[in-house]
Parts: sequence; structure tokens; C-alpha cells
Amino acid sequence: MSVLMWFTDPANWSGPGGIPARLLEQLTITVIAVLVAAAIALPIGILTGHVGKGGAVVTSVANLGRAIPTFALLLLLAAAGGVGVSAAIIALTIFAIPPMLTNANVGIAGVDPQARMAGRAVGFTGRQLLWQVELPLAMPLVFAGIRTATVQVTATATLAAFVGGGGLGRFILDGFALQDTTMVLAGVLLVALVTMSMEGLLALVQAGISHRLGRVPGRLTSSFLKVFRTG
Amino acid sequence: MEYLTSSWLDLLNALVEHTIITAAAITLATLFAIPLAVLAVKSRWLVTPTLVFGALIYTIPSLALITGLWPVFGLSETTVIVALALYALMIILRNTIVGLQDVPAHVTKAALGMGYSEVALLVRVGIPMALPAIMVGIRLATVSTVGMVMVGALVGHGGLGQIVLNGFTNNFYRAPILAGTLLAVLLGLLLEWLLVLLERRLSPWAKTARKATT
Repeated sequence: MSVLMWFTDPANWSGPGGIPARLLEQLTITVIAVLVAAAIALPIGILTGHVGKGGAVVTSVANLGRAIPTFALLLLLAAAGGVGVSAAIIALTIFAIPPMLTNANVGIAGVDPQARMAGRAVGFTGRQLLWQVELPLAMPLVFAGIRTATVQVTATATLAAFVGGGGLGRFILDGFALQDTTMVLAGVLLVALVTMSMEGLLALVQAGISHRLGRVPGRLTSSFLKVFRTG
Repeated sequence: MEYLTSSWLDLLNALVEHTIITAAAITLATLFAIPLAVLAVKSRWLVTPTLVFGALIYTIPSLALITGLWPVFGLSETTVIVALALYALMIILRNTIVGLQDVPAHVTKAALGMGYSEVALLVRVGIPMALPAIMVGIRLATVSTVGMVMVGALVGHGGLGQIVLNGFTNNFYRAPILAGTLLAVLLGLLLEWLLVLLERRLSPWAKTARKATT
């Protein structure tokens, strides 16, 4: 009940510490981290998948990165290069690379060899093969990686508050420091809501993309979707 | 270096707490995940709701889940363990369901034909066939749990997270931050390696199968 009152209190909706401002901080950190990570991870994953070499090395290096706790990395970066948003963005970028890289690599490398041979047979160059056969067929997996990374980063951006990076985590940390359970719960609700909306939004985008790719021969797409669903 | 010699005892205590919390969360999660997965697979309609619910829990960040449980369990290790067990549960549950669903139909039929009861079918065919998938789930869950335990520093039970956070609030003292981080990474890798060994022990037939194919 008191949480409801917290949300209806206009004071919590205005100023630099209000819900809209904190939400914007959280989303800014998330979007920058995801974009930078995608710019690094997707080309490497797609290229190693296309060439068919180096995939194991690249993905295992990326997975090693998963073992580094984001919380520790964040504090380490903040202590090394000054407190704030940049530390959060770097830590989250490192966090977002493994799922995107691995899925892009596995997606491209796992394209049905027959589809690839068919492309070769109709005279596709390597580049055409990549853009017109491999990428469309690998799209569900590539996108699954982007989706997982984005949702995880949105959720983890909450930790930015620890290093003065703002975001919705502020409500949780401040509430904790003030022993204010209402504020903590409100913060928890906000973060969960934002993350779930992000998941929903990306699911819609993905549905839109697969719909447009519906022109690809039906059998192939459906078999890939099956792999994607169980994977 | 000076830091290591002066506070190795603190580090050791933190490492032990970290390991205990991780082990407790993973054990708890596994004990719940496998029966739940069996239940979900048996009554097929439960599979999708279970997976959707799991995905929903996974969208709640660890900081939020731990602080959300704080009013319930207080500033205790239980808060951290329960929160982390929930995440681990979802990973293990998902993998167990997929593993059980992927048991080839002809294997199931053969077992039924030999007169296996439903329980025997599960224990002697289903679980062993699904073991690789289950173990991958447990390994993934363990590595991510080792990382998330650190967030528990907020409620005073973060294992190595405590060391890192103290170093941070203590004028960005880098030695403990670095030491805590490195130990956590090593712990994650060590546990993963132990689980790989355990999987080999649990599935001796995989070794013969490997030999047979090569």
C-alpha cells in the first residue's frame, strides 16, 4: 500500500532524482553499452562464423569474460578511472559481448551446408553468400544474442548506482541506506518493470524481423526456428 | 603484496563464505529444479508456463532481488542464498526440461518394451540421457552465481564482494578490489572444472562411447 503511495507522490516524479530522470540515466547507459558491444561482438562473431575458423578461440575467450563478476569489474574500473557513468558503460559493454558474440558465431557457422552450397552453385560471391544466405538464416540466433544481452544489461545497469552512475539503482541503494523499505521495493518494481518491457519490446521487434524474412524458403527457416527455440 | 600478507585471513574468510553461499544456492536450486522439471515434462502443458515464469524471474536484476528479499529474510546469508538459488533454479530447470524432452522416442519405447516401470524409465533412462544438458545447466548456473554472490555485499553477506566493496569505499584502495576480483574469477573457473570432473564420474558410459566412435 505504501509503495502505491510512493508512486503517486508527485515529488518522486520530478527533478534530477525523480523517476523519469533516473529512468533516462538507466536507459542511456544501457543503450550505449549495448551498441558498443554489438559493434565489437557482431562483426567478430559473424566473420569467424563465415570463415569457419577461430570460432572456438573467440567464443572461449568471450566466455572467460563471463567469469569476471560485473560487480567487481564495475568497482575496479571506477577505482581505476574515476567514478561514474563511463565505468558503468565499460563494465556493461564487457558483460554484453559474450552472448552476442557466441550466438552470432554459432548462428552463422551452423547454417545448413546445403544452403551454402546452393548459394555457391548459383554463383554467389563470398560476400553475397554472407548477406543473402547466411545472415538471413542465422538471424533468429543472432537476434537471440542481442536480446539476451540487452535484457541482461538493462537489469545489470542497476549496479551503476554503486559507483555514482545514477540510474534506477539509486532508489534501491538510497532506500537501503535510509532503511526505507518502501523506496527499496519501489525501486525493485521499477527495475523489474523496465527490464520486462525491454524484453517485450525486443520480442516484438524480433517477431517483426522474422515476419519480413518470411520470404526465405519455408523449410529452412522453420528448421532454424526449431533449433533456436530449444537452444 | 603488502595487503596480501596483512589481510590474508580476511581474504580466506571471504573466500570460504563465497564458496559456501554458492554451494548452498546451487544445491538448493538443483534439489528443486530436477523434480520440477520432471513434473513439467510429465504434464506437458506445464512446460511453457514454467519457462515463461523462469524468463520473468531472470529479468529481475540480482541487486533488486536481493534487496527485495531483504525485508523477508533480513540481513542474513539466507537472503543471498534464496535470491541466487532462484536464478540458478531457472537455468537448471530449463536445461533439465530440454534434456528430458530430447530423449529419443525409440530409446523410451525400447525401455518400455523391456518392461521398465515409469519410475525406472525416469531414473535409469531419462535422467542419464539428460545428464549432459543438466550438467551444462548446473555449470552455467555456478559460474554466474559466483559472480552474483558479490552483490550480496549490500546486505553484508557478499563473500569476496565484501572485500571489493570495502576497498572501494575505503578511498578506492586497489589492492583488495583486485585481490577480491581475481579470487572470484579463480573460484568460478575452479568450480566449473570440478563440475566437469564430476560429470565424467557420473557418466562413465560417455567415455566408452567416445572411445568407440574414435
